[in-house]
Amino acid sequence: MEFFSAKNVNKVFSNTRALSDVSISVNEQSIFGLLGPNGAGKTTLIRIINQITAPDDGELFLEGRKMRQSDVALIGYLPEERGLYKKMKVGEQAIYLAQLKGMTKKDAVKNLKNWFERFEMVDWWNKKVEELSKGMQQKVQFVTTVVHKPKLLIFDEPFSGFDPINANLLKREILQLRNDGSTIIFSTHNMGSVEELCDHIALINKSVKIVDGPTDEIRQKYKSNIFEIKYKGNFQLVDKALGRNFKILEHTESEKENHLQVQYLNGDSNNDLLQAIMPAAEILSFEEIIPSMNDVFIKAVNESNNQTKNAKNE
Amino acid sequence: MNKTILILQQEYLKRVKKKSFIILTLLVPILFVGMFALIIALSVHDDKQERTIAVFDESILFLGELEEEEFTRYHFIPKAEYEQLKSNIRESEFYALLYIPEHIYTSNSAQLISEKQVPIELSEQISRKLSRFLENSKRQKIIEEIGIDDLEERLAGTRTSIKLNTLKVTETGEAKKSSSGVAFVASYAMGFIIYFFVFMYGAMVMRSVMEEKKNRIVEVIISSVKPFQLMSGKIIGTALVGLTQVAIWVLLGVVGIVVAQSFFTPESAQQMSQSLMESRQGMGPNMQQMDSQNQVTEVLELIGNLNIPLILFAFVFYFLAGYLMYSSLLGAVGAAVDNDEDSQQMVFPITFPLILSIMLLFPIARNPEGPVAFWGSIIPFTSPVAMLARVPYGVPAWELLLSMALLILATVGAIWVAAKIYKTGLLMYGKKVSLKELIKWLTYKS
Repeated sequence: MEFFSAKNVNKVFSNTRALSDVSISVNEQSIFGLLGPNGAGKTTLIRIINQITAPDDGELFLEGRKMRQSDVALIGYLPEERGLYKKMKVGEQAIYLAQLKGMTKKDAVKNLKNWFERFEMVDWWNKKVEELSKGMQQKVQFVTTVVHKPKLLIFDEPFSGFDPINANLLKREILQLRNDGSTIIFSTHNMGSVEELCDHIALINKSVKIVDGPTDEIRQKYKSNIFEIKYKGNFQLVDKALGRNFKILEHTESEKENHLQVQYLNGDSNNDLLQAIMPAAEILSFEEIIPSMNDVFIKAVNESNNQTKNAKNE
Repeated sequence: MNKTILILQQEYLKRVKKKSFIILTLLVPILFVGMFALIIALSVHDDKQERTIAVFDESILFLGELEEEEFTRYHFIPKAEYEQLKSNIRESEFYALLYIPEHIYTSNSAQLISEKQVPIELSEQISRKLSRFLENSKRQKIIEEIGIDDLEERLAGTRTSIKLNTLKVTETGEAKKSSSGVAFVASYAMGFIIYFFVFMYGAMVMRSVMEEKKNRIVEVIISSVKPFQLMSGKIIGTALVGLTQVAIWVLLGVVGIVVAQSFFTPESAQQMSQSLMESRQGMGPNMQQMDSQNQVTEVLELIGNLNIPLILFAFVFYFLAGYLMYSSLLGAVGAAVDNDEDSQQMVFPITFPLILSIMLLFPIARNPEGPVAFWGSIIPFTSPVAMLARVPYGVPAWELLLSMALLILATVGAIWVAAKIYKTGLLMYGKKVSLKELIKWLTYKS
């Protein structure tokens, strides 16, 4: 079920294109990864969703209807560059920010108390923000983002400023929020966390969306027929047996087993590879390598950059 | 709308709860009262030093005629001692040396020689004593020569002092007593008050915007409310802080007056003012009392004759409009820059007309109908101060209306410009903004 979508969004700043005809569709109760190199236009898209910036054209839909200004109450936004009023007390500030999102004071206090207990930060309630460490401030900021139970959560680089332990805690909370019914848009450069968390991704490069789809499918799509084979036998024989259709990328030998990474250049079936090797050696294991999100990211961006370069040269 | 009120409330409470606000608000009246009390205390119990003045009277007119005063004694000395003292006052017991020359009757001059700077009051006291004595003796001589017994009384009756009461004809044809003195003071005071408030609270708005931008909290806030709501909540909230401060001062003033009245009975108050005036002017007590009473009632009457409702209305109107105009522009500057240095550069062109209008106060007070006053009070950027300085003197209705209309237009324009710049500037970091850039922001669609 689609929860949020953006259709053909365009945005031009005085002389740079920030978004060209970008469309995304986010399913309910899913985590959507919005990826892209620095300056690609992610933050602009996020600001448009938050009604901070208006698109030049294009439309946004929430729960099947056009989005309104008042929908900001349904969104929780954790910007990449974030901060709090330094001189204000933590509790007071959290209540104020929750009220700005449309909560009553009573509800705000109730929800905040729960979150503060859960994050073990009850003692901070009457402290000034400037008395807290940076990590503590990030926790407060996270709580103020989710306290009004937003249906749509937008996290821009949520893990920056967190130590590994707190980053893990945050990861758990994000998954929990999704399981409890929130829909999450998640922008980050940390590809490891994308693999762990995102159900679906879109990759934006130079204002254009170049990749869009479920995380698993995309990784499948970007696999380049690379296999990892463990075998017993003579490498020379294997090499000969493989012939021209295969390119050997890596090879190591040890007493117990030999290890081979090979790219299948223009075959139709994985069985061809197996058939080619089988006469030459004993196969211990055979596995196709699925690229990491990191590889997908780099490959997709490079391809897209080369295309635009070629287009320019022609 | 609801959120604007929330922001307004937040801004208001944040400022009012600040220690610096409470201290300043209480300190200003205390300082004010303290300063006044100090001045009164100093002038009432001003000079208690015992002084003995050596007098060498060459004219031999004054011997035994110089009465001692409370703290001043006169001691007559012969010529030899005078010559000796002249170069050596410091080591003597005398404070000063008064030399009355032989021909004082015709020359009308004498010398007071002293080591230190003689207080003006003392030298005036001495010269008054000498003059009065000579005047009396001259008059006595004439009376004797002419032989009219009651000449003294008759001459006293001729003493005349004309007080010029300036009357102003109002539009209803009624002539009212006016005083350019009272209007002058009112005009200056109002101009300054407006200037300070607009400046102080406008700068407060700017700093607050800059702080939010620097803290980076602003992106979170404007994902909840529209930038315009944030800006208006901030500006109105800060204006209320200013009004609160004024209200507290007025309240403290009223309480102060009531307390002072219960402390001092009318007589004691009169005594005080009497002794104050006396010590200042050194006049006879009888003349003095009547005079001071007259002065008080007259000043009150003159103040009452100012068009108080109009002045109050003008004050509130020009304060609010001027504050709105300047604070929204300053708020926009706060949003456009991201460090203090750049803000300084941009603040100056905006506040320049405000500073200029303060410099216009004096020419306006001198000639409230002149071209400087006219243009100053019509042009919106200077009119909040300049027009208010003119109002106590009376301003033609059409000028007032024109000035107000232009100011409203300019304020609306300023808010429009500021809202545009504010909205674009808030999320703009790391870029030094030029004027050209700012103008480009104005053309952005919302």
